[in-house]
Amino acid sequence: MIISEQISSPVAPKNRRTVARQAHVWLALALLLVAVLSLATGPTGTSLWSALGKMFSGKPLTAMERVVLWDIRMPRLIIGILVGAGLAVSGALMQGLFRNPLADPGLVGVGAGGTLGAILAIVLGSTLPIWFSDIVGNMLIPVSAFFGSWLVIVVLYRVSTRHGRTSVATMLLAGIALAALAAALSGIVIFMADDQQLRDLTFWSLGSLAGATWTKVVITAPLILIAIGGSLFLGHGLNALALGEATASHLGIAVQRLKLLTILIVAMATGAAVAVSGGIGFIGIIVPHLLRLATGPDHRTLLLNVALLGAAILLTADIISRLIIAPAELPIGIVTAVLGAPVFLWILLRRRGLVDM
Amino acid sequence: MWLRTLARLLIAALPTTTVAEGDKNVLAIGGSVTEIIYALGEGDRLIGRDSTSSYPPEAASLPDVGYMRALAPEGVLSVRPGMIISEDGAGPPETIEVLQAADIPFITVPGSYSVEGIVQKILTVGEALDVEAASIALASDVRMKLQEAEAAADALAGETPKRVLFVLSTQDGRIMASGTNTAASSIIEMAGSVNAVTGFEGYKPMSDEAVIAAAPDVILMMDRRGDHFVANEDLFALPAIAATPAAQTQSVVRMNGLYLLGFGPRTADAVLELTTSLYKG
Repeated sequence: MIISEQISSPVAPKNRRTVARQAHVWLALALLLVAVLSLATGPTGTSLWSALGKMFSGKPLTAMERVVLWDIRMPRLIIGILVGAGLAVSGALMQGLFRNPLADPGLVGVGAGGTLGAILAIVLGSTLPIWFSDIVGNMLIPVSAFFGSWLVIVVLYRVSTRHGRTSVATMLLAGIALAALAAALSGIVIFMADDQQLRDLTFWSLGSLAGATWTKVVITAPLILIAIGGSLFLGHGLNALALGEATASHLGIAVQRLKLLTILIVAMATGAAVAVSGGIGFIGIIVPHLLRLATGPDHRTLLLNVALLGAAILLTADIISRLIIAPAELPIGIVTAVLGAPVFLWILLRRRGLVDM
Repeated sequence: MWLRTLARLLIAALPTTTVAEGDKNVLAIGGSVTEIIYALGEGDRLIGRDSTSSYPPEAASLPDVGYMRALAPEGVLSVRPGMIISEDGAGPPETIEVLQAADIPFITVPGSYSVEGIVQKILTVGEALDVEAASIALASDVRMKLQEAEAAADALAGETPKRVLFVLSTQDGRIMASGTNTAASSIIEMAGSVNAVTGFEGYKPMSDEAVIAAAPDVILMMDRRGDHFVANEDLFALPAIAATPAAQTQSVVRMNGLYLLGFGPRTADAVLELTTSLYKG
């Protein structure tokens, strides 16, 4: 299962590279536009423009403007950008590493590990000693989800690495097994859950950016920014890896180090994203594929584009999720899947020849 | 962190608008809270509700801010509440934090599945709305009615209380039933009967054999349409139910979920109605 283009691209590479470079600019502009839109829209109808006007003319903001713009929309915007970019880049890295268009962090059990962590926190959180709850406070679910993702990744890496060499095929299969195991353990905890915890779980697994706070921004931002920044250095190696591990190492790529770095970056970005936003599907699959079809599979330009588009799409989904049934809010995972799945199918139908399984 | 503190200080420094008594600015979270507010005659002060507030019917015309445990901060602010009165357990905590930062009084109404629990809810809501006299009157009226209903139920049940199985759903023939420590379990006891299941807490799926062993005389269900609706024939055809005393007498009672399990001002009526269905039906 290899994207055929990666081996025999029929399009002149230089042309595509220019297009991909131009896409950096367009996507950055699109992200900026959506970001402004995200700050300017919301069910309270608080106006960004009148608030900005007041700020420039030195007039005080109303309490409502302050809370809505600064405590609600701003952290939500930043978390949205981080999560969207993080999930999309993780997806692209996984597809590159496994040389498999279906790969995403969910496939290797990172998502299931995060879910298990969150479920444990939701159901068993109230049985923890008080001094411990006092320390973690509201962060129990995110922290637990983050460690759940990491636990799966560490186990996965240990299982699939022998004599200093990681087998990607073993990792894929072990990932599926670990995902099943994590899901089964989640099942046990779900069985113990009461009614209210079950509803909490359902909402958690549908994802939301509504819980975004400055504390979460401060904790998540370094993790995801380092992950995305690091991923931009992996483009060359992943391009070589597309030709096969042996070829890549003949080309002078330190294949083992590349694999380890990729896994670490994915764990960091996905773990943090799942922790703050719950289960948001489809971004990791659809964004890299959209861009591969539009601008080619060269990871050197792809990864940055993926980060920009992932952020823009997630922000768009978030705007929809908070407006469509206002004052209530639709979980964002529903929006990404409802919008993402049909668009993805449509692209596949139109350009079916490009992705050859 | 310091930014948040700064924002809070700035908000505190702003001139606060005083809320005149009787202002229309109350957001109710939780079905029983909304019912109590209407029962106190203060329904016209409401400007919003959550999705669990389905009674009285006029509540439906209020803006719905979503499910009480998954509230979005801006959605809640968008109805411009001057005060939020909520059942215990509203969330997520991040939203509550933001609402507190916005200086909106947030009153949590404690609740338990008992007569005193309901009385306490009514008094708390009354205090929050500054209608204490009305709430004391309503609370004592509700307490009296509940005690009467319980006494009537005990008298009817006499020495042979019925064993009642509360079935939450029968998805794919799997019975999700109420154990102890639930609203359903409490209401069954208030209606002079015995919860047929005591082996677990909360709502859990039961095996067919466990249902047969529980030997319920009556099945109690919520009255709803859609995917949870099960016709009597289908219900009694389920292997687990077919072998119970309830199936032999075709005894099933269906009542509206919020009415039956809401533990609000209508609970005395619910107890009476349930008792009547159980013992005079």
